[in-house]
Amino acid sequence: MKKNFIEKLLPIFASLSCLFLFGIILTLFIEGLPIFKTVGFFEFIFSKSWHPTYEPPEFGILPLILSSLWVTVFALVIAIPLSLGSAIYISELASPRMKEILKPIIELLAGIPSVVYGFFGMVFLAPLVQKIFNLPTGLTCFTASVILGIMVVPTITSLAEDAISAISKDTREASFALGATKWETITRAVVPAASSGIVTAIILGMGRAAGETMTVLMVAGGATMIPKSLFQPVRPMTATIAAEMGEAPMGSAHYHALFAIALVLFFLTLILNLLVDWLSSRRKR
Amino acid sequence: MRKFKQKFGFTLLRISVAIVFLSLLSLVVFICLKGFKVLNLSFLLEFPRRGMTKGGIFPAIVGTFLLSTGAILFALPLGILAAIYLKEYAKGGKLVRMIRIGINNLAGVPSVVFGLFGLTIFVKLLGFGVSILSGSLTLGILILPMIIRTSEEAISSVPSSFKEASFALGATKWQTMRKVILPTALPGILTGAILSIGRAAGETAPILFTAATFYTRHLPKSVFDEIMVLPYHIYALMTEGTKPELQVPIAYGTALVLLLLVFIINFVAIIIRARARRKRKW
Repeated sequence: MKKNFIEKLLPIFASLSCLFLFGIILTLFIEGLPIFKTVGFFEFIFSKSWHPTYEPPEFGILPLILSSLWVTVFALVIAIPLSLGSAIYISELASPRMKEILKPIIELLAGIPSVVYGFFGMVFLAPLVQKIFNLPTGLTCFTASVILGIMVVPTITSLAEDAISAISKDTREASFALGATKWETITRAVVPAASSGIVTAIILGMGRAAGETMTVLMVAGGATMIPKSLFQPVRPMTATIAAEMGEAPMGSAHYHALFAIALVLFFLTLILNLLVDWLSSRRKR
Repeated sequence: MRKFKQKFGFTLLRISVAIVFLSLLSLVVFICLKGFKVLNLSFLLEFPRRGMTKGGIFPAIVGTFLLSTGAILFALPLGILAAIYLKEYAKGGKLVRMIRIGINNLAGVPSVVFGLFGLTIFVKLLGFGVSILSGSLTLGILILPMIIRTSEEAISSVPSSFKEASFALGATKWQTMRKVILPTALPGILTGAILSIGRAAGETAPILFTAATFYTRHLPKSVFDEIMVLPYHIYALMTEGTKPELQVPIAYGTALVLLLLVFIINFVAIIIRARARRKRKW
């Protein structure tokens, strides 16, 4: 069969995503690697102070990496129970009518822009946290984690719900036939059967939380110290890039350092994404 | 005991749904209550005045509209063509596997990294500067994976009997694609496109260094002008400037406008999808 012009070009259009991804990687390497002329790789990753505007400047991103880690982990501590609870409720307990109400709500929640979450965190949650825990500032790791946790709930819920709903009726009926209650069926048969899908959902939620910028930029407080407590201001990697890119003179060590942070961030999320790819291809088999 | 356990478990599930629901409700209600106080026609149609302490947000609304339109104009054709290739033309193998990895990973790239990419390539290398064009292209790449995925789903949902009937009438593959598959898949593709517009309208990090500016006196004259946009306006009002007592109320109003905009966009998408499902006879 003869192909027309557009048909011949289709593979190229489809490959553009790869090209863009490759372009992103290349950009980060080209603009990020020059920082290692100023500081060594290990010093960059493991030294404890980030003061790019000091004289001489200090480029240690350990506080930023740890801040990202803390915020992401505590966001997941909040998001996982809420999301799994909601996902199980929607797929196993909710009436069809209830489902039709809850699913769009989850979608709507996913559609709220991150800057609005950040704004809400600043004007509503932060003052509340400050008052309740009697802190000098309400912009803390805890505040950011709570907002971030709520933000990733829709991501994890909708994917986990898909995974749980996909478990065949047979699994449930077999469990009932053995005399199990509905709760036992859910916890011992359905959820374990859906576990790889649920793990995939959680990893995707984790990537989302780790890469989120505006919320942490607005709510986390922005102190570049090694986090020691949940109730102290922190500055994750994404927030650092967003906050400092405007001030860093182009081509300066600071500028390259910010690209190098993005490179670290990119590879962290890449690992999570490849993990998801691997899990889902294994599930298909 | 087992009954009790079940009751306890179900209660936990209900509590988690209630918490999620209440957080959404408190966010929406809080922003609505505070935002409606400043929201009126002149807030929507006026320029900001006196260093952002008075006036409206008109240029930011225009900017958000232009940026998301630009992003979808760039990403939609590319996304549909990619989806057509993946669903109807590709025969599996290494290239397809690679394309899939590319799409999945592009979807997972943190939004601020897209901003750095846009800054390096569009703003600096191609010389577009901090502009509508740079911002639109950056946002376009960001929403591309989403468009490809939703378009693929839409194309998959077209029954193969439609295709076979078209082939039986002697149509070529491309004719079948254009006259049968794409029109049938259109509502699904449209839903994805609209949701992507909503996503692009709300993104901030990718346009921080590629398109957004804190304040302009006039509307953009060309695609090479920088612009004000709603999400960045909220951020700027909260973190820059010297008169928070005057700026925060404006930020509430802006957040409400952005929230309403995104909700309306999502709502339209949900309605289109629901109507298409009801009309479907196969």
